[in-house]
Amino acid sequence: MPNLQIIPLDYYIIFCSALFAIGVVGVLVKRNALVIFMSIELMLNSANLLLAAFSAYRNDPAGQIFVFFIMVVAAAEVAIGLALLVMIYRSTHTIDINVLNKLKW
Amino acid sequence: MIFSKYLFFILSFIAIYAALKVLISKKPMHSVLYLTLTFFAIGGHYILLNAQFLAVVHIIVYAGAIMVLFIYTVMLLNLNIQGEFPKSRLAKFASAIAGGILLFTLIAVFRSYDLKVLADPSLNQIGLVKNLGKILFQDYYLPFELSSILFLAAMVGAVMLGKKDIY
Repeated sequence: MPNLQIIPLDYYIIFCSALFAIGVVGVLVKRNALVIFMSIELMLNSANLLLAAFSAYRNDPAGQIFVFFIMVVAAAEVAIGLALLVMIYRSTHTIDINVLNKLKW
Repeated sequence: MIFSKYLFFILSFIAIYAALKVLISKKPMHSVLYLTLTFFAIGGHYILLNAQFLAVVHIIVYAGAIMVLFIYTVMLLNLNIQGEFPKSRLAKFASAIAGGILLFTLIAVFRSYDLKVLADPSLNQIGLVKNLGKILFQDYYLPFELSSILFLAAMVGAVMLGKKDIY
């Protein structure tokens, strides 16, 4: 039944893994809290796309419903996260995460 | 059909290039704009998967709301003046290697499974608004309503955190 003309599922896996790895590298490399936040969004998006791809290739709509709920939670998370970021900036006048090391040790 | 394959490669290239530029760009504003480009490319991927509902929601939520929030924050905090905070060369090198190892591990894990393709994504209809809406309001009605409470809580929390005299 599966014809050879369609895009292989492996392509989506490789693409989403690459996007996820880029997000992880961003979290590790950057010290700007805003860019770290963007990298987290990238990781969320790659997971979303892979869920949608599996759902479309296996004919199961539950995956796409899941992606919808992940998007809902991500929107709420961004609103709260950016409010926190503004508050941190207001009290420390920087968003360098190395300044925020009081809970580290 | 061949055309959709080319489209896949073009969209993937744009998405990965823009994602890399998010990390490479010096100014946070450029990072935000490249992130928006990545979001649009991923929206194209959703259309390619025939998931039209998700494509529309993705464009509205990510390229609309979240992008605006990020840009507002960058402008509010005057981050373009502050620039970036460089990390040591060793840390950058180590994290690049760690990311590469993670990529290979992920691909190896996925490849070790025999992933069966049961449907042609360009033909199936599950991603259309009509079908997905039926499922959403029949089987997932309670989570859908609970998400509105989550939004209310997030809104109250954001306003609370944004107020000036809470500490």
